[in-house]
Amino acid sequence: MIYFGRRVSFSMGHRLHNHALSDAENRAIYGKCNNPNGHGHQYTLEVLVAGEVDPKTGFSANLPLMDEILRREIVERFDHYDFNADFPEYAGVISSGENLARIFWDLIAPHLPLARLRVEETEKNAFEYFGENR
Amino acid sequence: MSVVLTRKVHFCASHRYHNPEFSDEENRRIFGKCNHPNGHGHNYLCEVSVIGDVDPATGMVIDLKKLSVLLDAVIMERYDHKNLNLDVPEFAKTIPTSENIAIDIWRHLEGRLEGCRLHRIRLYEDPTLFVEYLGE
Repeated sequence: MIYFGRRVSFSMGHRLHNHALSDAENRAIYGKCNNPNGHGHQYTLEVLVAGEVDPKTGFSANLPLMDEILRREIVERFDHYDFNADFPEYAGVISSGENLARIFWDLIAPHLPLARLRVEETEKNAFEYFGENR
Repeated sequence: MSVVLTRKVHFCASHRYHNPEFSDEENRRIFGKCNHPNGHGHNYLCEVSVIGDVDPATGMVIDLKKLSVLLDAVIMERYDHKNLNLDVPEFAKTIPTSENIAIDIWRHLEGRLEGCRLHRIRLYEDPTLFVEYLGE
């Protein structure tokens, strides 16, 4: 078994806010990430798929397919949009790195043999998710 | 208690993806620009991770100097500023994809570490593309 990884980058706005809490509680919990008009990050998403090396090609993954899925499911969907303002399907979802990792997983996993995923919100903050089976 | 220790190694090498069992047309279709006849190159980054218990006498999992000397011999001397297809005997018949390079590094390092064992090879071909190998 070998893991093949690809990293893609996209710009996205968001705001950490829980509608079930008061404004004061939101400010206390999320600090500047609760700024009413939001803010943004240059996210990097690292995706690893599991496979075996094909002796005829030396390849373990279908890289063109991987790039196509990451372009279609992640970059084109989220790049230069605001997660909390532009996606009715995610209304009420708190856009923490943890929750984004699970959302990205659910978008990619139906199409690729996903083994691990890492959301880098900044160079300092990263979130890794292995799916529910681990 | 086990600790994972990682050392990074940079090397520059050229390669070409080509399987002589395929026709030229098949090679071009499967490998695309990686099949260009005269090859091309990358700045590789290899992260070698070892795992072991911390020696209470030294506070170390492995002597970093010894690890560095070993990585020089296994990675730098064999790959750096070389044509992987032509200059590295292991790739005379094996296509030097990132997968096969990571496995080759693993095979040459396995069993040569004092007081710890190999945990993971992560090999970057460029900053957006990498493989990870943890052994069989």
